[in-house]
Amino acid sequence: MTLDVAAAVGRVTLTWVQMLGRSGVFLCLAVFQAFVPPLRTSRLIRELEIIGSNSFLIVLVTALFTGMVLALQGYYTLTQFGAEALLGSAVALSIIRELGPVLCALMVTGRAGSAMAAQIGIMKITDQFPALEMMAIDPVKYVISPKIIAGIISLPLLTAFFDVVGIMGGYLVGVQLLGVNQGAYFGKMIASVTFADIYGGVIKSLSFGLLITWISCFMGFMARPTTEGVSQATTRAVVVTSVSILVVDYILTSLLL
Amino acid sequence: MPIMIRVENLVKTYGKTVACNRLNCRFEGQKVTVILGGSGSGKTTLLRQLTGLERPDSGSVFFDGLDLTRASRKMLFEKRKKMGMLFQGSALFNDLNVFENIAFPLREHTKIADSVIKNIVTMKLEMVGLRGTEHLMPSQLSGGMMKRVGLARAIVMDPKVIFYDEPTSGLDPISTGVIGKLIRDLNTKLDITSVVVSHDIAASFRIADKIIILFYGEIIAQGSVDEIENSTDERVRQFVTGSPEGPIPFARTDTSYLDALLDGPDDKKGDHL
Repeated sequence: MTLDVAAAVGRVTLTWVQMLGRSGVFLCLAVFQAFVPPLRTSRLIRELEIIGSNSFLIVLVTALFTGMVLALQGYYTLTQFGAEALLGSAVALSIIRELGPVLCALMVTGRAGSAMAAQIGIMKITDQFPALEMMAIDPVKYVISPKIIAGIISLPLLTAFFDVVGIMGGYLVGVQLLGVNQGAYFGKMIASVTFADIYGGVIKSLSFGLLITWISCFMGFMARPTTEGVSQATTRAVVVTSVSILVVDYILTSLLL
Repeated sequence: MPIMIRVENLVKTYGKTVACNRLNCRFEGQKVTVILGGSGSGKTTLLRQLTGLERPDSGSVFFDGLDLTRASRKMLFEKRKKMGMLFQGSALFNDLNVFENIAFPLREHTKIADSVIKNIVTMKLEMVGLRGTEHLMPSQLSGGMMKRVGLARAIVMDPKVIFYDEPTSGLDPISTGVIGKLIRDLNTKLDITSVVVSHDIAASFRIADKIIILFYGEIIAQGSVDEIENSTDERVRQFVTGSPEGPIPFARTDTSYLDALLDGPDDKKGDHL
């Protein structure tokens, strides 16, 4: 009985270590191939469109409402101490340092990460990877590398956009609706947000960009070649990526503080 | 005729299953060779070794003078430019239309001007009888049409050898006839060497110059259509006539039926998947 448990634990651990090793090799290959000529700019631009520009609307809506609710909650708390003038810096700091990178990454995971895993899984089912191989084209270079590079480029830009829209959302509710002084809202914000805050946000969003595309592509790549396998890979891509984002966020925050 | 592909002592196993057991065979240039076999006979595995998509456990595959099993990826890719392959499910890129699918290898490997690419694609589409479908997406095509587009893509780089994985499976009789005629035509008109993996006896006999019959990872017969038709080997006879009775068993287990019934439920014995 105890032996069975030990064996089961061992099996699970081995599977995970193996997966981790494989995904590491997979990432190295994809990043290496991205810089081997010929460079695939047209593929990269296409992926930037899919991962980046197509995510604009959802990021806009999420950012707007996040900023708005932050202002509402912040105002309620801050008025209890008579400190509603600090609303601007509270909203800006929480968005730039934390909510911007994390929520933006979660939204892109839901939108683009799932689509990536499904697309790669379907390419696998329909033999499109061996077809590329037979045409003397490296599938990792052609399919995976542009996605990973596009993820690393898109996420910081989307996050910057998220930050601006979020702060404007906070402005709408805080200043326009609840009557906080406009000068205080922006003045305190400018005074309290330092370069380190913005820098930390950029580091986070870069890491999340890599994380989303890496895990989603890997899950799609490892999908069992059945319809069920692809659906599982899609689910797994979203779940594993989302959890990893939160874990990595904690680690990065503790390192950056 | 020169030998295009030579297979020597090829062994490939998956766990305990021996998919290729010391195979030796040759594929002559400018001929149509059909690899016949039932499901699980190892014919698709053999095809994957021939194209270098998989590496064998031991043995060699010489393609145009190069041992693919020991070649670097770069050399393999160089040889792949001389190969075309028609996949069982056609493997068209579903985000590209028919024109872009066929033009794809040209765009990737050559610097040919767009106007010339257009002409080449038109010629290849004319060959497979689908001129006028350039703008359609793969999802708008029937199974037979997809195979023909896949074939047009496979020949767009003017390969020396084309590999066909089950080219007629899942097609209606007329599409089967069309594909069979295309394979034959490409062979005579373009001097292309063809390697066809199939389990369709009738279609294979119509197009083949040489037939290789696989049975559980071993070659049990190879020769011309006449030689195969007149073979006295019982396994070959059973396969050719499609008879359920004969040396090739219908059931695949090696345990006794009576034992399995008397043993009752036992999870550990169901572990042969």
